[in-house]
Amino acid sequence: MISIKNVSKWYGDFQVLTDCSTEVQKGEVVVVCGPSGSGKSTLIKCVNGLESFQQGTITVDGISVGDPKTNLPKLRSRVGMVFQHFELFPHLTITENLALAQTKVLGRNKDAAIEKGLKLLDRVGLKAHAHKHPGQLSGGQQQRVAIARALAMDPIAMLFDEPTSALDPEMINEVLDVMVELAKEGMTMMCVTHEMGFARKVANRVIFMDRGQIIEDANKDEFFGSPRSERAQAFLSKILAH
Amino acid sequence: MLHFSDLQGSLPGLWEGMKVTLQMLIMAVVGGMFLGTLLALARLSHNKVLAAIGGAYVTYFRSIPLLMVISWFYFAVPLIIGWVTGTNRPIGAFTSCLVAFTMFEAAYYAEIVRAGIQSISRGQMNAAYALGMTYGQTMRLVVLPQAFRKMTPLLLQQSIILFQDTSLVYAVGVLDFFNVAYSKGNITGELQQYILLAGAVYFVISFSASRLVKRLQKRMTV
Repeated sequence: MISIKNVSKWYGDFQVLTDCSTEVQKGEVVVVCGPSGSGKSTLIKCVNGLESFQQGTITVDGISVGDPKTNLPKLRSRVGMVFQHFELFPHLTITENLALAQTKVLGRNKDAAIEKGLKLLDRVGLKAHAHKHPGQLSGGQQQRVAIARALAMDPIAMLFDEPTSALDPEMINEVLDVMVELAKEGMTMMCVTHEMGFARKVANRVIFMDRGQIIEDANKDEFFGSPRSERAQAFLSKILAH
Repeated sequence: MLHFSDLQGSLPGLWEGMKVTLQMLIMAVVGGMFLGTLLALARLSHNKVLAAIGGAYVTYFRSIPLLMVISWFYFAVPLIIGWVTGTNRPIGAFTSCLVAFTMFEAAYYAEIVRAGIQSISRGQMNAAYALGMTYGQTMRLVVLPQAFRKMTPLLLQQSIILFQDTSLVYAVGVLDFFNVAYSKGNITGELQQYILLAGAVYFVISFSASRLVKRLQKRMTV
């Protein structure tokens, strides 16, 4: 579904990604972890073309992201993305947030878009908040709306960029619950996250990145059982110490 | 001291003048903001040519006096149009002033709009792009509505300045509020009185509008 081959990226002279390669099969859940500044967010943003890269290829469902001839908006409309800071549109109500791209990008009629949006809002347990503005919701609630907004586009895969990093601890689980449910339904997911509990529960594979390189790309059990690289071991011991 | 021989009789004329002033103001504000928004988008564009054109426009119009722009559009532009089209039709003082104001104010609005767009976080654009929106949709549906909300006080403040600047049309003979007051003063020999009256009217309108904007600003930032 998602294929990343030998991707390298530079900001000026500084290399942020070095020769990254991996695959995400249909229905697979892949967790990307690593210390901050290791390039994991940059890599996931390359997948839907929010960040450009200078070398290598990324294809999503067979379509090349880096090809200048690719219709990027069309490709992005088929890949959902959830951000660290939610990024709901603050000037619109929750319902409008859910319906906007459905009507403007997919051309669905307004009633159908609202109905679909509300159905997904119900699924993330927030139907009662449909008329509110994002600012009136807690961080966890906003993130659940953001997931519903992405799902409303009927994506073939979902990208999560540190979806719980900006949340208070008591709100993390409500977001992870939604993600776990999504994973169990067979959604193809690529998640940048430090939530190793989530990785243990639903991930098929774990990718460990450091300094712009993919250091380890292993099955979940292999990764948590006996990570091969020293850096991954050090990282795991730090975040699993508590 | 301030004696008017026939203020009552002048009022209809003054009101007509005020209508011309307000008409000019509203049309120039709408046109200026529209053109200003396009200029701001051009300046922020990745396209180097567009960015350079936008930048040059803004710098040029902010570097010349408004009175010069008004005269230029009144005297020179009809001449150029005449040369190009081969006909000799004057475009009229009102229209030429309106074009001058629109183009002049656009340079100032552009800078306000540019700052407004830049105040919207990159994450909002990314979220819109990630949903499959094009650049145009992202700007129109996500970025500009938020930017305009933030900019409203500044845009209104700039429009109050424009309201005062409209009195410059006097130079090319448009009968706006100030020019009517001036001529009434000339006719009746009570020039001081009429100019003071006109000044008072401009002051009261601008001052109240400015206070309103301040209050609006307070409400919006809380």
